[in-house]
Amino acid sequence: MIKKLIASIKEYDTKDDTTPRSKKLFGLAALYNTPNEIIKAASEVTEKGYEKFDVYTPYPLHGMDDAMGMKSSKVGYVSFTLGITGMLLSLLMIWWMSSVNYPNIIGGKPFFSLPPAIPITFEGTILFTGIATVLGMLILFNQLPKINSPLNDTDFMKNVSSDKYGIVIRTEDNKFQEAEVKKLFLSEGAYDIQEIYFRESNLTTKTPLFDKKFIGAIIGTGILTAAITYLTLNYVLYSVVPFDWMWEQARIDSQSKSSFFQNKAGMRPPVNGTVARGFIPYEFKGMPDSSVKLLSNPLAVSKKTLERGQDRYNIYCSPCHGYFGDGDGRLKGQFPKPPSLHTEKSLKWEDGNFYHVITNGQNVMPSYAEQVKVDDRWAIIHYIRTLQRSKNATDEDMGKAK
Amino acid sequence: MSLDSTYTRELPLVEGKPTFKDIDNVIILPTETKPTKGWWIAFGISSSALMLGGFCLALTFYYGIGMWGNNQPVGWAFDIINFVFWIGIGHAGTLISAILYLFRQKWRTGIARFAEAMTIFAVMTAGIFPIIHTGRPWLAGYLLPLPNQNGVWVNFSSPLLWDVFAVSTYFTISFLFWGMGLIPDLATMRDRTTSKIKKTIYSVLSLGWTNSNRNWSNYERAYLILAGISTPLVLSVHTIVSFDFAVSVIPGWHTTIFPPYFVAGAIFSGFGMVSTILILVRKVFNMEHIITIGHLEKMNKILLATGMMVGYAYAMEFFIAWYSGNTFEQFVFINRAFGPYAWAYWIMVSCNVIFPQLFWSKKVRTSIPITLILVILVNVGMWFERFVIIVTSLHRDFLPSSWAMYTPTLVDIGLLIGSFGMFFTLLLLFLKVLPLVSISEIKGVMDGAQPTIHPHPHKSNSNGHH
Repeated sequence: MIKKLIASIKEYDTKDDTTPRSKKLFGLAALYNTPNEIIKAASEVTEKGYEKFDVYTPYPLHGMDDAMGMKSSKVGYVSFTLGITGMLLSLLMIWWMSSVNYPNIIGGKPFFSLPPAIPITFEGTILFTGIATVLGMLILFNQLPKINSPLNDTDFMKNVSSDKYGIVIRTEDNKFQEAEVKKLFLSEGAYDIQEIYFRESNLTTKTPLFDKKFIGAIIGTGILTAAITYLTLNYVLYSVVPFDWMWEQARIDSQSKSSFFQNKAGMRPPVNGTVARGFIPYEFKGMPDSSVKLLSNPLAVSKKTLERGQDRYNIYCSPCHGYFGDGDGRLKGQFPKPPSLHTEKSLKWEDGNFYHVITNGQNVMPSYAEQVKVDDRWAIIHYIRTLQRSKNATDEDMGKAK
Repeated sequence: MSLDSTYTRELPLVEGKPTFKDIDNVIILPTETKPTKGWWIAFGISSSALMLGGFCLALTFYYGIGMWGNNQPVGWAFDIINFVFWIGIGHAGTLISAILYLFRQKWRTGIARFAEAMTIFAVMTAGIFPIIHTGRPWLAGYLLPLPNQNGVWVNFSSPLLWDVFAVSTYFTISFLFWGMGLIPDLATMRDRTTSKIKKTIYSVLSLGWTNSNRNWSNYERAYLILAGISTPLVLSVHTIVSFDFAVSVIPGWHTTIFPPYFVAGAIFSGFGMVSTILILVRKVFNMEHIITIGHLEKMNKILLATGMMVGYAYAMEFFIAWYSGNTFEQFVFINRAFGPYAWAYWIMVSCNVIFPQLFWSKKVRTSIPITLILVILVNVGMWFERFVIIVTSLHRDFLPSSWAMYTPTLVDIGLLIGSFGMFFTLLLLFLKVLPLVSISEIKGVMDGAQPTIHPHPHKSNSNGHH
């Protein structure tokens, strides 16, 4: 099995299946033996006015750019532009992150200052320049990658990438005349002249970019990559708890099980008779009002107390008892009518009796202990007293009111 | 590359007048033949070391960095020593490929490719240590200013963050430099091989390079620009590494001499490593006429020079400690030289400053066995330099009540061995897969490679590219 596989790989590896070239001529190639010959040949070709030609050497030759009449390379402009961009982007990033988006005081220093920003700005500049230089040189200036150039995979290319020097004049040149070019090459000492033909794939007007399979593969890969990236980033950035080492602790959460206690409950009930702070139970709970005479109003009468009392009374008492304590509240007819607060009994009541009724409830009136705080109850009682006095005002009171 | 051949006459850079075909054969041969027994032995040793390192790494991940000897007050130890050591090793590669290129040192062509590869592998090895040193390497993403659910960003005024940017930029640029240099060589290999599979791989990797002069023109300019930016870059990297120490307030670290001192030390250690490996490689792959004694001698001269710079820095640290009148600073240096770690200090001084003085003699410089011994000692000395700087400064600081001694654990030592394993494994794979000397560059500096006639510039009739 494995031997078969290896054999088939070997067969594939050594099989010669070079596709035949088309009949269309790409250009004429000449090979030379020495650097001096190629320099002279290039000079001559340039002088004769050919433009669509190039020289191929295993390593860069000094003076060849001059011989070919080339201007100096413009790679530097790309490097410079992207370098400046990298510098500005780095500075902008540092400034925005450390003083705009999340200003964080570190050691009492300014949010942004230039000296500590310089190292990273410098590295950013270098990074952008380097990447721009290499990619710009390869892609923008040399139009690489381009694997199916008609020159690749030829005997000519095998020679010029090792130890010979070659020159190619392409048929697209306006002055291209096969016989004349050959003559020119030979006059400069070419030891071999080769005809380079286009590949079939060079001639089709269909660009491989629009191949259905290619587009499908690109879109498929794109969607897959986007999905994986989205899910991964989403998980990493929003689901992974970043600093969780104080979260994971040996403790029992409320409502959780514990095998330690006999009843398996994680929560412990308080010891019998425990009273929580601020939760002292009402001692006369459920008793008739006759037993509570000891209570007296702890609040002093003041405008503030009365206003508070009025406020609470209007909210909690007035629905049944009415705004003035006459027992004609807004719920009249829906509930049994409560007694007026101006009856003989009420007028004679101690403050403690009122307190008991509010706290404990009476007949159909429920306890208001949950809704009304202790101090508010006493404030309400002061307000009830005010209502009672206003209904039974003496002349003396009237005089005071003036 | 475009080095002017009218400079002073020198010995031929390639000995024995080989033809270009011979050069192709010799350089590409290791990639076409099956590995030799020697290679397998070397690979076995280095990959075993790598596996040992991997095991120690697994222990560290599982149990945490409590497996290491680090403890208060020595919070940085082997982790950071190894980081600084390996980053330093990388610096020689960039020095050779960029700085010597700008200085028009043509002899660099024989060793540049190899040194660049070494840079990349050394930076990869170095990069592991700061990440595992944090103790939670799976959170390393927070080193970068990436948006996260906490809404916070990194601290841009911390030298540790500068380090992240410097090292990652350094790796990227070194990799581009190296990869770009490989393109023409891969094209040569593509046109040479008879195997269809190899040809496809080389075709893709060489991007369809055609050796066209219009392409060479842009290529050379790009090479020059990369060399130009790599030079300040390499100086910045170890400067920023030294800031990790110099920006703190620990006596022995808080000194302004650190940036130049670290850069000189990095180049020194890097050349030590380049020499060590090249001496073996040129022998194993029969490249003694390409990587000549002349190369080794020139590297020994650089070792002598940088070794003396490092020696000057050692002396100046002592002088400043005395001159500053700062008793803490004075104590640290006296403690370094005569305290409990004095043995490490004197290993450092003798390997880095005293022994390299032998290179004053031409006989020593051109003797391969002595050079090999001396450059290995340089490697040892430079590792100990980082040990001395880090451990002796930390173990006795301001408070005598918190003084303690540092002892590495077996895991520490395993990780150190593992780092060598990783570096050498990558290097050995590189030697068998890619040409270890730049074919196109070496051809360009051979005798008779460049034309002797210089045409007058033509009036431009084409705009440089088509």
